[in-house]
Amino acid sequence: MKDINLEVPKQSIFGLLGPNGAGKTTLIRIITQIIFADTGKVHFDGRVINAEDVRKMGYLPEERGLYKKMKVGEHLIYLARLKGLSRNEALTKIKYWFKKFQIVDWSDKKIEDLSKGMQQKIQFIATIIHDPSLIILDEPFSGFDPINVNIIKDEILELKKNGATIIFSTHRMESVEELCDHIALINKSNVILNGSKHDIKQNHRTNTFIVDYTGEFRNTNEHFLVTEESKTDEGYIRSTIKITNDQSPNDLLSLLIREVVVHSFQEKIPTMNDIFISKVNEELNA
Amino acid sequence: MSIVGPLLIASLWVVPIWLSTRDTDQKTIEILDDSGYFNEKFTETSSLKFEYIQTDLVAAKTEILSGENYGLLYIPRINIDDPEGITFFSGKNPSIEVIQDLEWAMKSVVEDIKLERSSIDQATLDSLRADIDIDMINMTESGEKAGSAGVATIIGYISALMIYFFIFVYGIQILRGVIEEKSSRIVEVIVSSVKPFHLMMGKILGVGAVGLTQYVIWLVLSIMITTGISSYFNIDRKDSLPAQTEQAEIIQEDQGNEFVAEMFNSLESIDFGLLAFAFFVYFIGAYLLYGSLFAAIGSAVDNDADAQQFQLPVTIPLIFSLIVLTAILREPDGSLAFWLSMIPLFSPVIMMMRIPFGVPYWEIALSLTFLIAGFIFTTWLASRIYRIGILMHGSKVNYRILGKWLFMKN
Repeated sequence: MKDINLEVPKQSIFGLLGPNGAGKTTLIRIITQIIFADTGKVHFDGRVINAEDVRKMGYLPEERGLYKKMKVGEHLIYLARLKGLSRNEALTKIKYWFKKFQIVDWSDKKIEDLSKGMQQKIQFIATIIHDPSLIILDEPFSGFDPINVNIIKDEILELKKNGATIIFSTHRMESVEELCDHIALINKSNVILNGSKHDIKQNHRTNTFIVDYTGEFRNTNEHFLVTEESKTDEGYIRSTIKITNDQSPNDLLSLLIREVVVHSFQEKIPTMNDIFISKVNEELNA
Repeated sequence: MSIVGPLLIASLWVVPIWLSTRDTDQKTIEILDDSGYFNEKFTETSSLKFEYIQTDLVAAKTEILSGENYGLLYIPRINIDDPEGITFFSGKNPSIEVIQDLEWAMKSVVEDIKLERSSIDQATLDSLRADIDIDMINMTESGEKAGSAGVATIIGYISALMIYFFIFVYGIQILRGVIEEKSSRIVEVIVSSVKPFHLMMGKILGVGAVGLTQYVIWLVLSIMITTGISSYFNIDRKDSLPAQTEQAEIIQEDQGNEFVAEMFNSLESIDFGLLAFAFFVYFIGAYLLYGSLFAAIGSAVDNDADAQQFQLPVTIPLIFSLIVLTAILREPDGSLAFWLSMIPLFSPVIMMMRIPFGVPYWEIALSLTFLIAGFIFTTWLASRIYRIGILMHGSKVNYRILGKWLFMKN
């Protein structure tokens, strides 16, 4: 990885994005001190990270795994104690989470007897059982059905509300859109995009508008460019119109009103998906 | 397995004993003696009974075919100086044991006849025989003790074998454990909480502790079961002995007691304090040395099958040290024994074989120093491979890559 310089604000959800093989897992492993960077430093709570800090972190790796022969309860106790919890603390926490996830009678079940989704749930609990201040989730939703995805989403938001900072790595852009406050896009070991979701979206506005209308639109202005035209189900014509920077949406609208009957006028705001694809392609072409 | 193991081990001792003490069917052998030398000369044993017949050979052979008796020993008119043409007829291939018994019996008859011919009687002959038994005394600075190569060999073998098996069984268990952690991906969660080195050492020490517990249980149970069963068999045997052999049995027993007493005497020549200490440290040292290598292998591969190629170089020194034990036994103080006990990969097994025969303290100290250095080195080596290996999936690993990992910075 080269010149990675990222800042994760406290009590935020930080989306770590990038195509496969970009170096996300490597970066996460450096943060969790599983591996060490040749050069460079990781700061935690405003100071250089130390070995003790891993106890304040909870890490859910992309590839999940538990000891198959162990019972759910003792497995969670084991992992919690590795993070420094006492046995009793662990038991209290387990009770709390079991109740919350409505799996109170799971304690004596063997891991191998659980379905994959159920195992994921256990692993999620294991990640957060010690109330970490930094939670790192690598593809947390994989393997969950839509209902459980929502449960986990709500949990993530609540963890944030309770003060945790969450680093969130995923390829599912709609969940980035929904959850993340900050985003960093990594490609080929470089940071190519970094900032708050709001800023990034602002910066990627292309002054493009989507208009539904009836009538015939004769484009007389060279500052306007119709890039796409289609018919909607309602029988309107839908045009995607890009305007140059010195023009305002009102200029476009006033021209439109003179020519056609406008049924809807909307700015085309890029989705994270669009931004992701265009940014990575930009790099590819460069 | 903790309970079944000792039963299996005990059965290793007990079953052959039981098989050998079991009464075999008494076989009847017909003797057709045309020479006249062997009439009534064969003595009945627990397995063989003899019937002397006087018919002609053809009739006797047909009778054997009818299958009632085991076989027919035909002795033609023989020249006592060059007995030839003695034949054994039987329906089946006779066992080596039967033939040997017959040959021995006939040999002594022929010898007796020859002795008589040279006018030497049995009493003269007996007085000619000599019985030599060398007493072995080990001289040490604290005095002289009865020594016994036999006892030293047995103790050496047992302790060497115990170390060998322990490393093998529990080394493989470490290997499996590491592969399981790696392939189930639990390892990434755990190394985000503890250092890879700690996880590795935890695995090695944990398996070691389990192994030791299991070993002790096995040992105690095996001894209990073995002594229990063998004492049962002894009683059983005495009861079934016919009256006339009691005399012989008593003599044999006396000899047995003498042998046991001799064993106990010579046990004194072995320094058990040193032996126990050496066993303990070599045991632990060898386990740590090989255990870390097995952990390294487990971390580098994705499954058991891939582990094979790396397992071989680790197990070969172990097997080699077991194979050279016979050579060590021939010369427990030889230069081969000395040099092998300085090399940590071989020293635990070799030294355990040598110590009952007496090894200078400085040699043990030197060998232990090398062993400690050895396991520190292999642990270092293993931890370098382990920390990278456990996070590597799917890539085929060879020795060159392992070498690269070794020198890779943190």
